[in-house]
Amino acid sequence: MQRVWIFFAQASLTTIKISGLAILLGLCLGFIAALSSLSRLTVVRWPARAYVSVFRGTPALIQLFLLYFGGLQLGLEMSPIQAGIIGLGINIGAYMTESIRGAIIAVDKGQTEAGRCLGLSRAQTMARVILPQAARLMVRPLGVNSVALIKGSAIVSTISVTELTYTAHRFISSTYKPFEMFILAAIFYLIIITLFMRLVQWIDTRVALKE
Amino acid sequence: MNLDFTVVPRMTDLLLWGVMWTVILSVLSMVFSLVLGAVFAVVRLSSYRLLRWPVQAISWVFMGTPLLLQLYVVYFGLAELGLNLNAFTAGVIALSLHFAVYNADIIRAGIQSIDTGQYQAARSLGVSHLQAMRKVVVPQALANVTPALGNMMIALLKESALVSAIGVMELTLSAQRAISQTFRPFEFYLAAAALYYALNLVLQQALRLIERRAALTR
Repeated sequence: MQRVWIFFAQASLTTIKISGLAILLGLCLGFIAALSSLSRLTVVRWPARAYVSVFRGTPALIQLFLLYFGGLQLGLEMSPIQAGIIGLGINIGAYMTESIRGAIIAVDKGQTEAGRCLGLSRAQTMARVILPQAARLMVRPLGVNSVALIKGSAIVSTISVTELTYTAHRFISSTYKPFEMFILAAIFYLIIITLFMRLVQWIDTRVALKE
Repeated sequence: MNLDFTVVPRMTDLLLWGVMWTVILSVLSMVFSLVLGAVFAVVRLSSYRLLRWPVQAISWVFMGTPLLLQLYVVYFGLAELGLNLNAFTAGVIALSLHFAVYNADIIRAGIQSIDTGQYQAARSLGVSHLQAMRKVVVPQALANVTPALGNMMIALLKESALVSAIGVMELTLSAQRAISQTFRPFEFYLAAAALYYALNLVLQQALRLIERRAALTR
């Protein structure tokens, strides 16, 4: 039983690693898509809108299978971990786009007008006036997205990434104790999520203090 | 490119069978999750700590763990304890419980957001507590929370794909069956994605109608 704990601890590190990298990828995609969806140019705006609509409109599990198994068929070979990170990252990126876009829109319009009146360019106004104020508003929604991603990362067990859920499965086939193993995995998830929510709260208070 | 989409129409029956079961599974889970969510919300607003505490614990656990794991516990875990559910029932139970917890949070926030003056006004007009809640507070709260609950229903429809992992023959699993016969994952997962997207559009349209109705009762 002691050995089991060690394996579960290692597996939770994999869960944390995959989630962390996917969150980073999602943030990058989210920022790019959010800024493009606010562009004046239809050519720039349209792909961002399509990205959000398609990836929020279909199940993450299907997206993952399409990337991993469909990718193999098209000659795009990836390890399960790579496919997991990329699949989860692209999926959560669509949700993060909406969080970031919402925060930017929530900043008072007068701020943009004031920035422009002072002779700043559109890009400068966005980077120096709007984004610093929007950053405060996006911490919470992005935190919610990230928590959803950490929980959602369980689906990569279906393409045999040895994270928490997969490890629980593996031990069930040797111990025949599904209830205990899944509850043990659940405890690890609860710890990870609870700690992560603390982190988000801490960031939130730090960012809010600058006001 | 090794793509051949002509294989997809050959499996129409299988895919439509999957769509049908995804719809049945999702609609059942939606109804149960809303009813259960309302019950949880009322319990959490009650003044009895003994009632409140277990529901709070349930929501902490269900919000802090993956749905996939919850499905496994209900299906494989409960079987070990002697409770043998078929995959479909286990899927509906897990989906309903998971989303009930989120719905409860939304409904509770909706009820709390109604100005207490509304309740007090009703009471001072001689209306009983239950009637004041039923006729004054809840209708206003429901109108406010309909969009948020709608988002949850959309999430439920998508997350229902996970029940393929315990062997429920819904859309995702029927796509997998088609793939095991044709060895064409890209075509069939893309087809499944398109069908989910279409179901989603239909649901969004339905929700828009319901939202309009809910807003009118305000």
